[in-house]
Amino acid sequence: MAVVGVGQTELGKGLPDTEFVLALRAIRAALDDCGIDPSEVDGLASYTMEPDREVEVGRNLGLGDITWFSQVGYGGGGGCATVLHAAAAIATGQCNVAVAWRSRKRADKASRVWAQSPEVLADYLQWSRPPGLLRPVDEIAMLMRRHMHEYGTTREQLAEVALAFRAHAQRNPGAAMHGRPLTLDAYLDARWISEPLCLFDNCLESDGAAAVVLVSAERARDLPQPPVLIHAGAQGLPRQHNLMAAYFSDDPLRDGPSSAAAPLLWSRADVGPADVKVAQLYDAFSPLVLFSLEGYGFCSRGESGGFVEGGALGPGGRLPTNTAGGSMSEAYLHGFNLITEGVRQVRGTASGQVADADVCLVTSGECVPTSALLLRSDS
Amino acid sequence: MLRATLDDPLTRPFWDGCARGELLVQQFTASGNVVWPPRPMDPASRTFAHEWVAASGQASIWSFVVAHPPLLPAYAEFAPYPVVVVALTDHPAVRMVGNVVASADARIDSVDPATIVVGEPVRVVFAEQDGITVPRWTRA
Repeated sequence: MAVVGVGQTELGKGLPDTEFVLALRAIRAALDDCGIDPSEVDGLASYTMEPDREVEVGRNLGLGDITWFSQVGYGGGGGCATVLHAAAAIATGQCNVAVAWRSRKRADKASRVWAQSPEVLADYLQWSRPPGLLRPVDEIAMLMRRHMHEYGTTREQLAEVALAFRAHAQRNPGAAMHGRPLTLDAYLDARWISEPLCLFDNCLESDGAAAVVLVSAERARDLPQPPVLIHAGAQGLPRQHNLMAAYFSDDPLRDGPSSAAAPLLWSRADVGPADVKVAQLYDAFSPLVLFSLEGYGFCSRGESGGFVEGGALGPGGRLPTNTAGGSMSEAYLHGFNLITEGVRQVRGTASGQVADADVCLVTSGECVPTSALLLRSDS
Repeated sequence: MLRATLDDPLTRPFWDGCARGELLVQQFTASGNVVWPPRPMDPASRTFAHEWVAASGQASIWSFVVAHPPLLPAYAEFAPYPVVVVALTDHPAVRMVGNVVASADARIDSVDPATIVVGEPVRVVFAEQDGITVPRWTRA
């Protein structure tokens, strides 16, 4: 299976369009990109956070009869899985032309999920929220402090993540942080959000949408854009997983969702971490990038702090990562813009193009049931 | 502030224990397995029968954060305040989220976050918070 079309709306804060209209714009752009008429689309994959939207997408975009549709849960963990499920549906004959997308209107403060908590909690959050561990950033900060304690990881090492993605964004005119470079001093002086994490360890709050179109590899070779093959993919929901409350798991720094996804992903691939020229790693919070580098085998457990030193993830680094700026410096679309950027890199058309980027790893949210894709060129 | 439900029959014994000044953990009968957070079925024996057994209340700080705004209004007045994860000394696999406080009824910002160290020993105390008695942690 191959990704043959990508589409993305304007990204930013306070966009006038509704979340649904942004979705329509992104899907339309992705279909235009590959020259496939909307009436040929017969498969739809999306996130459960966009409920019941297939019907409206179909009747607005003038899609044909849809024979396969599916949604993936767990927010930012599901991005790569939408593409993986669509590829599986094409492979098993459930559909021929599948579209996957994510649209978000997140820049409005009222859209913050954590800020809308009921006062009496009956779900798993009752074991973490009442003492004041209120937000996703607090849960990730808890793990990061432990990572620092066990492995000696430093704030300066963590800053490498934010600085690298900001540097990539300077080459992407569409990035929210284009024209706003970040220095280590500014990072270290930034206001705290949840110590040991500061403002710049957090993703942006953004509006925007992105979409991809998938067909079989055979059909892809007849279309205008160079095919980007789904070389391998996997989901991961590890044993004794506790969603964002990872401090409840058996071995929190070592049994994250990537520990379940990575073995299958690499076993299905004929490349390994050393062959990955460019990566798009889910970055709602900077520690997730460190955890993913360890989980997907770019370094050993505990060694991600050293791995990222010296601008390793930035332009010209040993593993350029989130090359359009990612969730922290381009836009936060629940990780879907990492998928579209991965496709552009393998096509060779990215704003911050990495030389010979024939293999790209894309990951979805660590610390929730996750998914990952290996994208590969057809040549 | 937010609070847990008292209407869940599975977890009500835990809160009743807190009200009596006892820190209880869920132990499955067939395997002796102690789990946290509570759940209906034992993942080791795949059976349901369980008891609530008293823990010593001794623990150590596994990790902590210091929360700064933006926060929910009920918490913002305490910011910056620390939140800890503690590991129970007699059940090291049980890690609980809570507040480290200067004394049982002190504010959640009553301990200077700069003095908190991962690994330091704490012990359980109990205080009423929004109509429910909750476990909290003081320096041992």
